[in-house]
Order: sequence, then C-alpha cells, then structure tokens
Amino acid sequence: MELYINMALLTMLAAVTVAIIVQRDLFSVVILSGIYSFLMASVLIVLDAVDVAMTEASVGAGISTVVLIGTLYLTGQKRELNYHRSIAVPLFVSLGTGAMLIWGTWGLPAFGIQDAPVHTHIAPTFLLESIPETGVPNVVTTVLADYRSFDTFGETTVIFTAGLGVMLLLGGSRRKKKKGETKS
Amino acid sequence: MKLDLILRVTTKAILPFILLFALYVHFHGDYGPGGGFQAGVIAAGMVILYSIVFGVEAAQRVISQRLVATMVPLGVLIYGATGVISFLYGANYLDYGVLGHDSKHGHHLGILLVESGVIITVAGTMTAIFYAFVQRGR
Repeated sequence: MELYINMALLTMLAAVTVAIIVQRDLFSVVILSGIYSFLMASVLIVLDAVDVAMTEASVGAGISTVVLIGTLYLTGQKRELNYHRSIAVPLFVSLGTGAMLIWGTWGLPAFGIQDAPVHTHIAPTFLLESIPETGVPNVVTTVLADYRSFDTFGETTVIFTAGLGVMLLLGGSRRKKKKGETKS
Repeated sequence: MKLDLILRVTTKAILPFILLFALYVHFHGDYGPGGGFQAGVIAAGMVILYSIVFGVEAAQRVISQRLVATMVPLGVLIYGATGVISFLYGANYLDYGVLGHDSKHGHHLGILLVESGVIITVAGTMTAIFYAFVQRGR
C-alpha cells in the first residue's frame, strides 16, 4: 500500500517539476512550487517524518508562496526573460550534479534497513535513555531542545538574523527620507 | 478592496482555530510532533491570512509592527536567558536538570522555556518579513 502511495506521489512530483521547467509565466511557477512543497510534505508524512512535513507544508507551501507572490508584485515581473544563451553549460552542470548524486546513492545502505550506521551510532542511546532521563515522551523534541539545545539556539539566532536582514533591507523609511532630501 | 463575503466569514471563523492549533502544537511538542518552530510559523500564517483578506492596516491594528519587531529579538533573549539561569544554579549552560524541584520536572520546564523562545522569534520573524514585503509595495 505504502509503495503505491509513494509511486503516485513521486510521479506527481516529477510532473510538477516538468511543469515548472516548461512554464514561462512566473505566477504559475510560484503556484506550482507551492504544489511541489505540498506534495513533498505528503511524501514526508509517508516517511513518518511528521515534524518535517509540518514545516514543509507551513513554510514551503504557505509562507514562501506568499513571499514569492509579494516579490512578483514588487518587481512587476510577470514573465521569464528570454536570454539567448547556449544551454550547454547549465545542461552539463545539472546532468553532472544529477549523475554524481545517483552515483552517491550506490554507497548508501539499503533504504529502511535496521543496521544502517545512522541507526547504530548514537540513536539507540537516545531512544533508550531519553525517556527515563528527561521524562519527555517525544524523543524528537528531547533531542532538538535538550541534547542538541546549543544547535537549536544557533538556529533561532539564524532566524533572528534573517528577520533582521529583511527588515533592514526592505523595511524602514528610506523612501520618505529621499523625498525630504529632494525637497530641501 | 472588497472581497467575497463567504471568504471573509470563513476566514473569521477559522482564525481562532488556527491560533489554537499553533498553541496546541507548541504546548504538545513534548508528546506529539511539532514544537516551537512549527507553531510559530502557523501563528504567523494566521496573521498573514488575516492581512490578505482584511488588509494589512486591520492586521497591524491587532499586531503592530512595533510588537513584531520586539518579538524577533525577545525569543532569542528568552532562549539565552534559560541557559544563564542554569548557570546561576551552578550547572552547565542550557542544562535543564536544575530548573525544577527534580531533574525530570526541570527538563520539562527547560524544554518549554526554550521552545517559547523559538515560537516568539519564529512568529515575529515570519510576520516581520511579510510586513516588510507589503510595506515596500505601497
């Protein structure tokens, strides 16, 4: 059953990707990338990563779509510009990257097996000891906010810095000052 | 900007549930999927939905730009202060065990405090980015 759901979702992902490449209207591309994020969230739910699926659905399909539509409105750009350049270099780069990624998957352990290195290193310690030690039933939360709280502190600072940067670049009253300068 | 009546009424009806869901994801993070980051994004999504349907002025009357700009650093400060409190109790930075009357209670409290910092910063930042984009368009 899970196999068929995965096949259907991945086929739709591929179809949406092709549509994004073919499409020239930027508004359609933004909406299609929102659909892509939503399909990706469904794939992550099938993979039992509900936290990541929630983030993908709210950030990828929700907020970035809104921000991208805002960008289109601000720039007034409705269609992709037609560059008359050769496609040889981009084609080589994307095919090369794809080939390297596929080559890299050959070195990975088989999907979902129990004795993969990632499941034998420190994960058993977390799974066995986190609940007696902290009393928090959700191991993901314990790892993120307790054992790895320095990392999460860093991530929060990254979000803070991102917000600060956007506010400095886009916010503020630069336009009004410029008007005042020309008047005086 | 007059929008569809059905859209306005439906938006008004689901707004409290979106906020409730954000708070559920936040406070239930110890037991179920989600946590501060996801909850913050959902809360910011509520503000964005409200401003899309009713206009940014209406949204900024409820959640002002000043408040949003305060939330962005406030969350990081709450997170950092939790670590300093552990310091004051004589433990390592961000060691929650000493915060409560026993170790388990301390870990619960510490995770909740830290996640509160995350939800405040994330909700503030996402709303601030949206406000900045909208402000620029005028």
